[in-house]
Amino acid sequence: MSRYSVFRLFREGLRNQTGWTRAWRAPEPKPAYDVIIIGGGGHGLASAYYLAREQGITNVAVLERGQIGLGNVGRNTTIVRSNYLFPENNLFYEKSLQLWEGLEQDLNFNVMMSQRGVINLYHSDSQRDAYARRGNSMRLNGIDAELLDRDQVRALVPVLDFDNARFPIHGGLIQRRGGTARHDAVAWGLARGADRLGVDIIQNCEVTGIRRDGGRVVGVETTRGYIAAPKIGIAVAGHTSQVAAMAGIRLPIESHVLQAFVSEAVKPVLDHVVTFGAGHFYISQSDKGGLVFGGGLDGYNSFAQRGTLPEAEHVINEGVALMPLLSRLRVLRQWAGVMDMTFDGTPLICKTPVQGLYINGGWCYGGFKAVPGSGWCFAHTVAKDEPHPFNAAMTIERFRDGAMVDEKGAGPFPWLQ
Amino acid sequence: MTQTHRLAQGGRIDRSRTLRFTFDGRRYEGHPGDTLASALLASGERLVGRSFKHHRPRGIVTAGPEEPCALVELRSGARREPNTRATVAEIYDGLEATSQNRWPSLAFDVSAINQLVGRFLPAGFYYKTFMWPASFWEKVYEPIIRRAAGLGRAAMAPDPDEYESMHAHCDVLVVGSGAAGLAAARAAGAAGARVIVADQDFELGGGLLLEPEQEPWRQGMLAALSGMPEVRLLPRTTVFGFYEHDVLGAVERVADHLPVPPEHGVRQRVWTIRARQTVLATGSTERPIAFPNNDRPGVMLASAAMTYVRRFGARPGERAVFFANNDIAYDAAFALHHAGVSVAAIIDVRKKDSKRAAAAADRGIAVKLGSVISDVKGGRNVHGVSFRTANGSVERVLDADLLCVSGGWNPAVHLQSHTRARPIWNNDLAAFLPGKPVQAERSAGSAAGVFGIAHCATDGAKAGREAAAALGFRDGAAFELPAPDAEVDPRVKPFWEVKAKGKAFVDLQNDVTADDIRLAHREGYTHIEHAKRYTTHSMATDQGRFSGILGTAVLAEARGETIETVGVPTFRPYVTPVTWGAMAGRHAGHHLQPVRRSPLHPWHVRNHGIFLETGLWMRPLYYSATRETGWDPILKEARAVRQAVGICDVSTLGKIDIQGRDAGILLDRLYTNTFSTLAVGKARYGLMLREDGIMFDDGTTSRLSEHRYLMTTTTAKAAEVLAHMEFYHQTVWPELDVRYCTVTDQWAQMSVAGPKTRLALQGCVEGLDLSNEAFPFMGVCDATVAGCPVRLYRVSFSGEMAYEVATPAGYGERVWEAILAAGRPHGILPYGLEALGLLRIEKGHVAGPELNGQTTARDLGFEKMLKKKGDYVGRVNAERPALVAPDRPRLVGIRAVDPSFEKRLRGGAHIVDRPDSKASLGWATSITRSVELERWLGLAMIRNGPERIGQRLYATYPLKNEVVEIEVCSPHHVDPENLRVRA
Amino acid sequence: MHRIDCPWCGVRDEAEFSYRGDATVKRPPADGGAEGFYAYVYDRTNPKGWHVEWWHHVAGCRQFLKVVRHTVTHEIRSVAKATDEVAAPPA
Repeated sequence: MSRYSVFRLFREGLRNQTGWTRAWRAPEPKPAYDVIIIGGGGHGLASAYYLAREQGITNVAVLERGQIGLGNVGRNTTIVRSNYLFPENNLFYEKSLQLWEGLEQDLNFNVMMSQRGVINLYHSDSQRDAYARRGNSMRLNGIDAELLDRDQVRALVPVLDFDNARFPIHGGLIQRRGGTARHDAVAWGLARGADRLGVDIIQNCEVTGIRRDGGRVVGVETTRGYIAAPKIGIAVAGHTSQVAAMAGIRLPIESHVLQAFVSEAVKPVLDHVVTFGAGHFYISQSDKGGLVFGGGLDGYNSFAQRGTLPEAEHVINEGVALMPLLSRLRVLRQWAGVMDMTFDGTPLICKTPVQGLYINGGWCYGGFKAVPGSGWCFAHTVAKDEPHPFNAAMTIERFRDGAMVDEKGAGPFPWLQ
Repeated sequence: MTQTHRLAQGGRIDRSRTLRFTFDGRRYEGHPGDTLASALLASGERLVGRSFKHHRPRGIVTAGPEEPCALVELRSGARREPNTRATVAEIYDGLEATSQNRWPSLAFDVSAINQLVGRFLPAGFYYKTFMWPASFWEKVYEPIIRRAAGLGRAAMAPDPDEYESMHAHCDVLVVGSGAAGLAAARAAGAAGARVIVADQDFELGGGLLLEPEQEPWRQGMLAALSGMPEVRLLPRTTVFGFYEHDVLGAVERVADHLPVPPEHGVRQRVWTIRARQTVLATGSTERPIAFPNNDRPGVMLASAAMTYVRRFGARPGERAVFFANNDIAYDAAFALHHAGVSVAAIIDVRKKDSKRAAAAADRGIAVKLGSVISDVKGGRNVHGVSFRTANGSVERVLDADLLCVSGGWNPAVHLQSHTRARPIWNNDLAAFLPGKPVQAERSAGSAAGVFGIAHCATDGAKAGREAAAALGFRDGAAFELPAPDAEVDPRVKPFWEVKAKGKAFVDLQNDVTADDIRLAHREGYTHIEHAKRYTTHSMATDQGRFSGILGTAVLAEARGETIETVGVPTFRPYVTPVTWGAMAGRHAGHHLQPVRRSPLHPWHVRNHGIFLETGLWMRPLYYSATRETGWDPILKEARAVRQAVGICDVSTLGKIDIQGRDAGILLDRLYTNTFSTLAVGKARYGLMLREDGIMFDDGTTSRLSEHRYLMTTTTAKAAEVLAHMEFYHQTVWPELDVRYCTVTDQWAQMSVAGPKTRLALQGCVEGLDLSNEAFPFMGVCDATVAGCPVRLYRVSFSGEMAYEVATPAGYGERVWEAILAAGRPHGILPYGLEALGLLRIEKGHVAGPELNGQTTARDLGFEKMLKKKGDYVGRVNAERPALVAPDRPRLVGIRAVDPSFEKRLRGGAHIVDRPDSKASLGWATSITRSVELERWLGLAMIRNGPERIGQRLYATYPLKNEVVEIEVCSPHHVDPENLRVRA
Repeated sequence: MHRIDCPWCGVRDEAEFSYRGDATVKRPPADGGAEGFYAYVYDRTNPKGWHVEWWHHVAGCRQFLKVVRHTVTHEIRSVAKATDEVAAPPA
């Protein structure tokens, strides 16, 4: 398990790649850890990594019921950005974006963070003003944002429909530091990074119960036996309700399905990430050449990780309307992930009423870009037993208090968030 | 090029007609019935493409849609289609095809240098490199990678073709039209079921198309099916997805075999098929074996070689070697032999002699039992193969230009897998078979692991009968089945990989080798999904249909586990990639969403309305014969309202007619204020909250009689408000005796506003005393205008004296014209949405930017409208501490201190207390140029806003580096005492 | 694509309906208090299994229907009128 370097690559090339070893170990669970993170997805792995790296807690286990990285971190459309309206969000996501910017060097693993720019198109004056409010908020908080007019958008993305659109493009808000990253690589790189710092990543280990002693947690029951820990972090977005229920906690979360799609690979036609402002559609082109795109939620509670026909038609309609050249390309594959939808669209990174139990969830469909920031903040929250200012607003109690952080103003309807 | 490799006879092509086409600019000929692949092979072409990563030369490997290598750009210009499978593209006269992913030419591809450094580019190498220095990724490495990647080139112009969607219902859907599919369809059809048969091929028959002796039976079946009125046959139709609730998606390639679609015709159509029962007769596909250089042009599947000979009358080579682990492949060898291709040898991994080996010997074909291919000679073309006995002791080279490979057969279980059925491993076939159905489907024929034409037909007939019987149909007339097959032994000796020096590919398109899979395993990517993602195995355009199982087999060996345990990556739609345009159907360009037009729309068009194209409604922003832009036309219209009179189309406001004994009670519970006490003939402004206490909508509701109200909503929220009413009435208060219905489209409604409104209306309204005493503010009265019935509401959005005039939609224009005529002496002008917005901002009325789903009634200054007694939606949650905190942003007015228009206020600016402050106190929601105060002004949400009235603050807009000094004021810039509306 | 058997209209495509969430939560009476209204709006079981939920037949009879549907398989067990009592089956 050595570093990746040019020298190493050269040497392995000469000896037919025989010297490489496991990117992360496959340890047996120990009887006890200082911290257990439930969930080997992006957030769980990042939490473990930053617990070890930033908080100096290395006696950590990540328990994954299946294989790491095959939930939402391996099913998303790979977009990374921090273009949020409220400071409660944009400062957090900006922290995350800054961590993304150094992640490759931190992890010694190329996660292909590509800052190709994220453009949100607007189609009316009132939408421009709403985007301007967001962009100005970003700028006041030190985050890059630029407002583009129609001609400026056209210069950057000439393949959009500027001539025959039902909803003409008036301009866009661009965050040039936003972009995409190779989603699987993030999970693997974090796993490798955490492992190197001493974290045990334990696959095929499903948590079946959370053991409590009075008001505090003492460990977890798993399919591989009981494992003790005074602190337990839940990072299982998609199934947070189910795992939290093991500790008797009910949450303002519903699980919904979000679909994603990829086209056959073609030579580059789109350099940026573009979102359609008159519908729900976003698209980018991967380095491999596939156009990766998605839309809104299916709109009903679901744990089904699979695509459907009506949503495919809906998303593809908007795609063709936005980028007419897509019409003659082919869609290769559709799939879906299970989203933890909260009732205001903002996640949870917080303590719970049970001492020693922490929740990182409710990612709605913004989880991927948050991965490093979420892990960083969650590690802080678990280690210090108090939130970092970046995640101070991301509590369960905010709903009782009326302190929702509702960027879209969609209200307490998770399927609309 | 001449058709050097065309057989003199045989096959299903029409030699009487010649079609001309080009490939990379060279001219070729073919015949109707050819695919691009068969026509190229008939002309002796082998090299048709380059691989994704190493740019290795690639040829034609299959004869079907699972083709991983022979991908081309078809057509040109706006109709260019990248990544088209040459193996399924029908040729037509004038077809243009171009090879892809090569530069400058297919034969000489500069990027083929990647092959030389290939040893340094194993699976996942990019995760380990391109990190130094950090800044080089976006600037240097990634642009190079992006240019090198991708396959074909997209057309860079809008698609000139059209597409459509079809919806179908049937009793039994049969997917596939081979022996099993045709028999299933016939059995179900004869039983009386409504049947759809879909097959991806342009000819129906599947495997029957390779069996000339079965042609009479095939034709008889098709004739019988065509004679059944409830049976629909869909050739060129790929069923691409099997979705929940027994809904399947299919795409029909209606005109892809023509140069251009016929006039008014579509290119492709997508079918949404609701099938009560489905028979999956999707057949099976042969699979390759991994061995060094198994990707050279001239290496193809045995069944593909047989297809080119039998169906297309084309010799894929002159001298063939076969490499197989099963008996069925011998049929292919015999077919080639019969067609005059020299078969140098059959290299059979099995040690045991079989009857087939004897049959080969009868034909003079050498059979090398217990042997394997260890290498392929040649670069852009195979010219020889090496083989060795299984113990590796002897190695020999055979001259050959064609290597036909058969590693066994994979039943096509993809569609069934979409339903969550779990495929089951079968040891005899060394393949996954369909699992226990979870939806109303059954598999038949070779898709179910049944081999041989007669066996498949029998199995299909049974499936068809059972599907019909499950729906209550009785068996129909029996029909003849094909003569029993010669003995078929479909068993295979599991064999996946020859380990020898050289690159042995398990994914040809993505250049994934068996060593790459082992590298993934060594590095801990041992789960099939990890190995797939790490190596990109099974992630090419064939989604692993061609050779996915090879990767699993190599991984299984590395893990020391069975293939069954390791499994294959999840099969997901689309079975074969689907054209975007087809999925979008008619919903392209302007047809993305429907358009709603007001009853007055034709008038606006005739009178130079400039329309807002956001949302469904087409609404005039302003009127300008010269289509001028900028503020002038808007200011002119607004001034007319402030100084004289204007008329505006407000038909788009939502209108809900509410009737019943409990109508008032329902309204009291939906609105924060009380409507049950409203007098008949009066209107009242009302607020609605969501149950979380946030503002939902506003509008005026009038009481027309004791038990009848008419509610108006905002344009944007009309549908949501109706659904909200229905939700609460039906699920919470079903005991209320009240009925309601949207009447938005039934009325034309116009706002007539301005100090001279009464004068104007007096000139046209009949039967009504318009004096302030007889018809005061917030009154509602009926009258007539130009003989048309109208209802007048004395409500105002602009802040001027105003009446909204409503008339049944059909009278809209007549009433509008009559009011215009009556107002002309008083200077009336029509005004659009922009002036409407200007006027309401001056007056301080809230609209969309303030009702944005984040604000409370208190935030907007409506605290007094929250009634103290009685239940209403949102009442309790609106009292949560953070929602009543005094420092929340609250609505105020703001004005530019500088009265010139030079320093512009903009919506979306943030409010700060110093020009350089970064601490936002709030934001500007709605900004306009004012006609009343002649400066920029607007509305804003500011922390402790009302307490700041009179303060000087700054509107900062960092996106444009603008900071404007403002004064905080009441939101009511115009007539705060509300005298004008009561005049 | 869901196909919902509306008791008023018959089997119809998902496209005709709009979803309105968990149908097991009941709006408290006016004096239900902060906790009652919090629970009504925010507190959800979110079952992975059978879910009783509201579907609004917006492009049909405009009735709210109580649908019992499985959140993993999407199988629909029953569709009832808004006022029918429907027991939540075990997950």
